[in-house]
Amino acid sequence: MKLDLHIRRALGKDGQGFQLDVALRTDCQRVVILGPSGAGKSLTLKAMAGLMTPDAGHIRLDGRTLFDSASGVNLPPQQRGLAYLFQDYALFPHLTVRQNIAFPLRRGLFNAAKGSRDPAVEHWLTALDIARTGDLYPEQLSGGQRQRAALARALVARPQAILLDEPFAALDQALRDTMRAELDRLQRELRVPMVLITHDPEDAAVFGQQVVLLRDGRVDTPAAQALAASPQGASSHA
Amino acid sequence: MDALWPALFLSLKVACWATIINLVLGVGTGYLLARARFPGRDVLDTLLTLPMVMPPTVLGYYLLVLVGRRSWLGGWLHDTLGVNLIFSWQGAVLAAAIVAFPLVFKPARAAFESVDSQLEQAARVLGVSELALFFRVTLPLAWRGILAGLLLAFARAMGEFGATLMVAGSIPGKTQTLSIAIYEAVQAGQDDAANQLVLITSAVCVAALLLAGRLAPGRLAREENAR
Repeated sequence: MKLDLHIRRALGKDGQGFQLDVALRTDCQRVVILGPSGAGKSLTLKAMAGLMTPDAGHIRLDGRTLFDSASGVNLPPQQRGLAYLFQDYALFPHLTVRQNIAFPLRRGLFNAAKGSRDPAVEHWLTALDIARTGDLYPEQLSGGQRQRAALARALVARPQAILLDEPFAALDQALRDTMRAELDRLQRELRVPMVLITHDPEDAAVFGQQVVLLRDGRVDTPAAQALAASPQGASSHA
Repeated sequence: MDALWPALFLSLKVACWATIINLVLGVGTGYLLARARFPGRDVLDTLLTLPMVMPPTVLGYYLLVLVGRRSWLGGWLHDTLGVNLIFSWQGAVLAAAIVAFPLVFKPARAAFESVDSQLEQAARVLGVSELALFFRVTLPLAWRGILAGLLLAFARAMGEFGATLMVAGSIPGKTQTLSIAIYEAVQAGQDDAANQLVLITSAVCVAALLLAGRLAPGRLAREENAR
């Protein structure tokens, strides 16, 4: 993944509030943006997905310009070809797991019928070990099953990259370790580039081929270098 | 009782049309007010809520002034389209639709506002167009609130009296709805006829409520699934 990003955004009245000014450039397949809450991680990820429009700057991914204020380019989220895993998964509550996963495969005005079977959907149900939950609704799933369903829905349309917003924050410790290992395996198998934001240094230790430290809306370069120099330092925080 | 069946049929016809009109206009307005940010939004909301609090006779009078033959709009409708709303069943539909309008658009707005915007964002990232996302995510999630409003609107339109009488009058077999027929029967001292009409109206209202409970989507499917 070739990511070149520099975005600025002022929040609050007359720019008195929060100032986001993030620049990062990477060739890594796995990027972790690490920082405390309120550092601007979510805003940065939303900007990449097209869910937040920066005041100025650019976002380029693998030679494609997703956003560039100078030339007036701002692709809508629909055309960015990215997947986004929301912190609380954002599964559609009125659709079954099968219908949820089939959601991005259909472009028309209607959702997949409840009884319909799509080979791609069935493949992902099996791959993520949730085949038995296919006809259940999200509210009937456990936390881990929800995350698997959301992951299947994100991956089924073969995105160019997957953006993950605190993917393990809502899980208990045991499940967190399982899902980390699972995501690690999946990412290696599929070789889908990922950008993961987290406040948990352990996530950075597992996924951080490159770790970007974010603090008060800015990239904290010296801290990131120190972290890269001593990978053990990351887990000692936990 | 000669007036019974035509009156019942007319009331159902008027209430159905008024509900269909509000399904489109009420739901559309509710969505617009829930999502669009523009100056005067609160003023517009207040204006559109007025039919709920104004006396129906006042509304009827406004309508007479607005679409009567001598008015600009009424004259234009008559001259170019050949439509005359006064003393016609279409006029009764117009009156019922306006009276019932706030009962649809208010709950629709609330229902749209209660839809988690993150779900819509998720749908966007998944590549679904704005129009498709409305029909596949927003509307299904808001539907129960909207349906409740439509049901109230149907009941209100069925029972409409004041504005309808002002605009459409009370022509037996043409614009005399159930409510108006009941009033006429009581005025004329025809107690048997009044009793019949009242019972029929009550039965229709109960049937409509039961039917709406059955049609509510999602509920049945989900209860089945929970087992």
